[in-house]
Amino acid sequence: MKHQSIPRVVGKWLIPPILLFALYVQFHGDFGPGGGFQAGVIFAAAVVLYALIFGLQAAKQIVKPRIIETLVALGVLLYAGTGLISLFLGYNFLDYTALDPDSAPHGQHLGIFLVELGVGITVAAVMIAIFFAFAGRRRLR
Amino acid sequence: MTEIADIVLLILMIVLAVAISRMHNLFMAAMMMGIFSFLSAIIFTLLDAVDVAFTEAAVGAGVSTVLLLGTLSLTTREEKVAPKNNALALLVVLITGSALIYGTLDMPMFGDPNAPVHQHVADRYIEKSGEEMGIPNIVTSVLASYRGYDTLGEVTVIFTAGVGVILLLGYIWRKEDEQ
Repeated sequence: MKHQSIPRVVGKWLIPPILLFALYVQFHGDFGPGGGFQAGVIFAAAVVLYALIFGLQAAKQIVKPRIIETLVALGVLLYAGTGLISLFLGYNFLDYTALDPDSAPHGQHLGIFLVELGVGITVAAVMIAIFFAFAGRRRLR
Repeated sequence: MTEIADIVLLILMIVLAVAISRMHNLFMAAMMMGIFSFLSAIIFTLLDAVDVAFTEAAVGAGVSTVLLLGTLSLTTREEKVAPKNNALALLVVLITGSALIYGTLDMPMFGDPNAPVHQHVADRYIEKSGEEMGIPNIVTSVLASYRGYDTLGEVTVIFTAGVGVILLLGYIWRKEDEQ
């Protein structure tokens, strides 16, 4: 689709708002619908749209597959790490009260923010990695 | 009003499902699956399950359609015509279908206040989650904190899926990509 001007122009207009919307869904998930799962998928959808319009190689220049591979694991580590911190601070696993013992809602809010971020990172990275793995294959003859 | 919308949407979904199963053009079938996902996303919205509708629209209609099309570009667009009158397949489908319908007979009606799901901890989540978590979205509170352990499992499942695809289809980066 590299040489078709309508998808190119529409893509250039649409991709930044999609990325912004993904960040909104990620960080506004405490107050409205959404959260890490949805935000990750929307973010990945923006990258997929970019790859469809401008080609896989162009997308791989921006979203480095090597970094994506690291991010796949980093999100889960962030989630489990938040749980381990509360475990080491003497609370139950994933009991975010440990993050701010003076004010439980504040600690819970911080913990939810961290684990949702971990979810978002892993979901976005896995979706992009699966797309790269599928799209990067050459047709067998 | 919503009942009429529900019925129209469900009829559309049944029509689409039958159409997809009778279609031999895989490209059209993949696009129809996307429309099917959009219709179910609308039904989830009507059921006030906005978070689920969100996911259905993004994953079902968006990413999975792209993945199906990506797979189609590696294979042919036309389905191989299967031998007709496969009695065994019909039998399996009928048994599975009737087992699924039998399973729904025990389920409580939609919105039934006596349903088991409303008897246990739901009230406490609705009454207390605001002050305990400090955030208004109960779904997020349940997902990330009260049931945080389950969500960790879900993220691990997604992680495993990603690792599995990378291992099966080969590394997603090669040396020449980096130049």
